Amino acid sequence: MKRLLAVFVAMLVSSVAFAQQGPIKIGMSMPQTGGLAGGGKAALVALRMWVEDVNAKGGLLGRKVELIAYDDQSSAANTPGIYTKLIDVDKVDLLIAPYATVPTAPIMPLVKQRGLLLMGNFSFQVNATVKHDMWFNNAPWSDAPSWFAGFFEAGQKLGAKTVAVLAEDQEFAQNLRKGAMALIEKHKLKVVYEQNYPSSTVDFSTMIRAIRAAKPDIVFVASYPNGSVAIVRAVNEIGVGSSVKIFGGGMVGLQFTPIMESVGSSLNGIVNYNTYVPGMKYPGIEEYFARYAKKAVEEKVDPLGYYITPYNYAIGQMLEQAIKATKSLDHRKIADYLRKNEMKTIVGPIRYGPDGEWANPRVVQAQFRGIVDKNVEQFKQPGKQVVIGPQQFKTGEVVAPFEKARGK
Amino acid sequence: MVFSLDLLAEAVLFGILVGCFYAAVSIGLSVAFGLLDVPHIAHPAFMVLGAYGTYLLGRYGVDPILSGLLLAPLFFLLGVAMYRFYYETFEKRGTDAGVRGLAFFFGIAFIIEIGLVLAFGVDQRMVEAAYIGKSMSLGEIRIPLRLVVAFGTALLLTFFLSLYLSKTFTGRAIKAVAQDEPALRLMGANPVRIKQWAFGIATAVAAIAGAMLIIVGPVEPAMDRVYIGRTFCVVVLAGLGSMSGTLVAGLILGIAESIVLTMFGASWAPAVAFGLLLLVLGVRPQGLFGR
Repeated sequence: MKRLLAVFVAMLVSSVAFAQQGPIKIGMSMPQTGGLAGGGKAALVALRMWVEDVNAKGGLLGRKVELIAYDDQSSAANTPGIYTKLIDVDKVDLLIAPYATVPTAPIMPLVKQRGLLLMGNFSFQVNATVKHDMWFNNAPWSDAPSWFAGFFEAGQKLGAKTVAVLAEDQEFAQNLRKGAMALIEKHKLKVVYEQNYPSSTVDFSTMIRAIRAAKPDIVFVASYPNGSVAIVRAVNEIGVGSSVKIFGGGMVGLQFTPIMESVGSSLNGIVNYNTYVPGMKYPGIEEYFARYAKKAVEEKVDPLGYYITPYNYAIGQMLEQAIKATKSLDHRKIADYLRKNEMKTIVGPIRYGPDGEWANPRVVQAQFRGIVDKNVEQFKQPGKQVVIGPQQFKTGEVVAPFEKARGK
Repeated sequence: MVFSLDLLAEAVLFGILVGCFYAAVSIGLSVAFGLLDVPHIAHPAFMVLGAYGTYLLGRYGVDPILSGLLLAPLFFLLGVAMYRFYYETFEKRGTDAGVRGLAFFFGIAFIIEIGLVLAFGVDQRMVEAAYIGKSMSLGEIRIPLRLVVAFGTALLLTFFLSLYLSKTFTGRAIKAVAQDEPALRLMGANPVRIKQWAFGIATAVAAIAGAMLIIVGPVEPAMDRVYIGRTFCVVVLAGLGSMSGTLVAGLILGIAESIVLTMFGASWAPAVAFGLLLLVLGVRPQGLFGR
């Protein structure tokens, strides 16, 4: 009886302490409207799943975890204000970056100036010039070669000599383009067409015709979701010509299930980067996707969530490990821990390089094969996206030329 | 940059097709802003709403063009109700209605966007039809059928709207209310009811333009932001309230964008289009077809 009473008192005391200290607040902006909302909403679902899990286990440092997330409307103009509010008004304990490069770029100087830890969220090269030593990106890439080495190597093996480059005129796509240009130079390819297009471009027919007229061997595209879909559609209608051996590279959006489903068979033949394709094995990821699928239906987001969501859950897992190990919310201590240790996550082990990007990148270039229209289930099957590079993840050879791969 | 006469000819042809699409999405605004002087910046948001309506009907197998026509009467009623609300709360109360109206219509646009996000989610939506994803050959040139459909619809919309405004009593009353409201009142017509009717027509046209929008490309709730600048540019370039002028202005914008994109680079396209607007307004402040 005495022992029971002691347990009861201990529980009471701990629950009072739990309530007195208040929750650990983790703040972020996340696109819930605008062009990036497809990824942003799904990402938030994954982060909330982690919060549920960690709170079910008793929270962190004896405190509950709470997310504070604002909609940045996919706009880079909104994020500096939102993060200033998170830091100064909401007084959050930790910060996570918004999904994507464009909204993240303007908050980098702010977090560096304030000396704050920032967990990156699928940005590309936002820390390249800022060089903030408390930045840790969840995306499985580092520099441009980590994205496109497989793409251009495959092109070169097919005997490609010329390349056309089509890139959206914004931070992310231009960073990709610059990286791709370095690889193009390395592979001694001749650029026969180069075009940057504004984000407001309505129709790509004119550009696709110009590419066809230039007769390139490789077409490299760096685009955001709206552009990616419109480009695929224009290619399907007009064709890029028989000279093209390999098409794609850096098209954001073709990893999202609703887009893949609606574009359907027009995807066939395209070689594009990806972060996860069915067949890749990591401990816990299958269970995660099964749970995510149920939440996705309720939240009306990407039903499979392969591309970005497990990496958002992984942000939570990394923070959890670092906070538990350091027994602290001190940003410097957490950053030091993240830099020195290998993190165990549902997307496999993550170790960081000095720039806060992955020391061992894991981006694959995969070719869409045998895709039919109106079928979500097919995207769960291995073999619909055949990994053509890099070598260590390869599951097949690229089918070329592009028209043949498309079954035309 | 690749240059050839063939490419230039293709650029002009595609400019005409895209230009007609620009005219189709601007013609409703030409009525609301051009004739009624209502700062209707929610017009592109209504188009996106029309596009989602088309998507919804498309799930039941209804053709997108037919969907646009079916939605038009509903949008007409919506437009009538919205103008009445705008009139009672803003226009009736003072001379700064225009400025406050901007905030009102901006709010409406944002409510529509959020409503669509809540109802449909944030992912892109598309429709299917026999003419989407296919092309026709004109010699060596392959032309997407969806752009041909938009081209035809823009021509028909302009023709019927011009006919309506010039040949019917109500149409002429709409034109008259834009020119001289007190004179119309002296003729025994109620300007507010005429404006209400005209705003209904403008909104109904937005439904048809929305169907065009989702035929030409995928839509997402925030798509209206892309079209605010372009539609106002076309209407002002045309000269406020001119239907045929809207078609010509759309064509000029489409052709200019297409040629600049082909010859000088896509990044310059929007700058040149708006540069053209400034140039025309410098020479003819009333626009190309304004009086």
